[in-house]
Amino acid sequence: MTLALMLEQLLNGVQFGLMLFLMSAGLTLVFGVMGLINLAHGSLYMIGAFLCAAVAGATGNFWLGLGAGIAAAAAAGALIELVVIRRLYDRDHLDQVLATFALILILSEGVRMVFGPFPLYLNVPDALRGTVSLGVVDYALYRLALIGFGLAVAIGLWALIAKTRLGIRIRAGESDREMIAALGVNIRVLYTVVFALGAALAGLAGALVGAIQSVQVGMGEPVLILAFVVIVIGGIGSIKGAMVGALLVGVIDTMGRFLLPRVFALFMDTSQAMGVGAALASMLIYLLMALILIFRPKGLFPAHG
Amino acid sequence: MKGFQHAALAAALALGTASVAQAETVSVGMITTLSGGGAGLGVDVRDGFQLALDMAGDHNIRLVVEDDAQRPELAVQIAERMIQSERVDILTGIIWSNLAMAVVPSAVAQDILYLSPNAGPSALAGANCHPNYFNVAWQNDMLHEGAGAYANELGYENTFIMAPNYPAGTDALNGFKRYFDGDLAGELFTQVGQTDYAAEIAQIRASGADSIFIFLPGGMGISFMRQYEQSGLDLPIVSAAFTFSQDMLPAVGSAALGVFNASQWSPDLDNAANQEFVEAFRAEFGRIPSLYASQGFDTANLILSAAAKADVSDRAAFRQALLEAEFASVRGEFAWGPNQHPIQRVYIREVVEVDGEITNRIIGTAFEAHSDVHGENCTM
Repeated sequence: MTLALMLEQLLNGVQFGLMLFLMSAGLTLVFGVMGLINLAHGSLYMIGAFLCAAVAGATGNFWLGLGAGIAAAAAAGALIELVVIRRLYDRDHLDQVLATFALILILSEGVRMVFGPFPLYLNVPDALRGTVSLGVVDYALYRLALIGFGLAVAIGLWALIAKTRLGIRIRAGESDREMIAALGVNIRVLYTVVFALGAALAGLAGALVGAIQSVQVGMGEPVLILAFVVIVIGGIGSIKGAMVGALLVGVIDTMGRFLLPRVFALFMDTSQAMGVGAALASMLIYLLMALILIFRPKGLFPAHG
Repeated sequence: MKGFQHAALAAALALGTASVAQAETVSVGMITTLSGGGAGLGVDVRDGFQLALDMAGDHNIRLVVEDDAQRPELAVQIAERMIQSERVDILTGIIWSNLAMAVVPSAVAQDILYLSPNAGPSALAGANCHPNYFNVAWQNDMLHEGAGAYANELGYENTFIMAPNYPAGTDALNGFKRYFDGDLAGELFTQVGQTDYAAEIAQIRASGADSIFIFLPGGMGISFMRQYEQSGLDLPIVSAAFTFSQDMLPAVGSAALGVFNASQWSPDLDNAANQEFVEAFRAEFGRIPSLYASQGFDTANLILSAAAKADVSDRAAFRQALLEAEFASVRGEFAWGPNQHPIQRVYIREVVEVDGEITNRIIGTAFEAHSDVHGENCTM
């Protein structure tokens, strides 16, 4: 095992974590501000990827596709909020889970009707093809760009929430929604905007990741499960928690898949060690979640004290 | 009184014809994957199967299709429902070996015939073989054995091998290792449905391998090939047909060109049944069929051939008719081994671009009349 391999795996973990952050930031924002559990967040990720693939395929330009993917996910998010979610704020979480689960089924079937059951082709933009040398290791340029994208969005989101009027309202909405409504802020519009913002982040993640994964119906659900793990670890409603949780999950999952089989290979037959190591590695982040919940039942950075 | 007699006669006639019609109808329950990352495989099996029924113009097969979403517990529920309330005679359609392991043993024990159009786990081919279980496609190991044998011919000496951690993945690596003479630079199990392979690609890079063998069907293969293309690694890949099949080639794009893969079937296979099938499939669905579609097509034709000879309620006679296998398989000759899995030729295909479409062409043969190793443990 060399330094180059360790470094490459660390970068892989960070890149994976930052993509998870884009997903979980929207999820945790919607929960924090509106108190809503949105299972359909993965479907917005899928919509972003499909629209990006369709537009990039038709125009030959990835960046147009990326814009279309984000716009489509945000528009779908706003529409869903106006038509369905708006009726759910006063209901309990079970009703929200049921309704948004129904949305998953409807959106998946809808995307299948429009685009067909087979995966779409979406390639990385020409400018980001190939690898770049980082001294000890050659790393895929596109993955490095994903790290850059993730960090830029994280900083942008922090600035939005900490430095702008919209951010002040979002934070106020998190702490006391009756009070900001009484102060004359149109809470209904604020909710639609926050939901569309979360949807746009999911669409961005879907479109970015779609270029190196399979753009297919149902691609959002596995990521959604991980995003829930991230926000539970980070503290539901906390953007900072989502960032820390996402990086933890990304790095631990990647390192576990890489190191655990090797550890078992020290005292086991190789084939067996690979099987046991792979099985245990797939449980690792759930073990981490259980451990954190034992010591910090509200997550690492609880949003509401 | 006369009115009553007429009514009774009419009722008797109606019942009589109904029971005759019922005796002739074969009820087939298809449990397959129509949603999620494995949907392309199930859709092709279903479409191939339906196409064979349509081409035969046969209305005595009643087909019920349900989506298992690649989840074993759901597949078990659907199988129970199909057996108990739909009263099916035959089950078919399962794509994934872990689902087949969950459904097949209990179904065949309830005197339901199971004809597999895809999954062929080794556990069902050896000591646990069953007279009611037929695999129309292959035993899992078979095509990977072809890849292992061809890797020797290509002169690969230090190969990195990788498959998902489920029964078919284990069979794949075992099959490859059974025939491959070179060393293994590394061996990895990934998760089923995994979408990010950065950690695996980094290990391949560090291993000093001269070549790669992968078994990653459906969306898993698409994700791996995209990321491999961007990784700067350029080792040759040898594989079985699943990872380079027509359901995923359009999504993988040019990254797949030149890859050698082993298969019992190919769209360019030169026999009359196959040419008719490929043409009809393209006309009906507007795409080139994958090997999964060919397997669904063969399964339906095998059932049709048996239904023409025997009554499905007489299971022994129907099994005998299935064993006679008098149908024109699109793979060419078709013969059963002792464990009711096919003995067949395994071809080597290369991914090429023809008229702007990425597809497979046969370039050679790995084995003539190849049978699996598990059959010798089967006593029926």
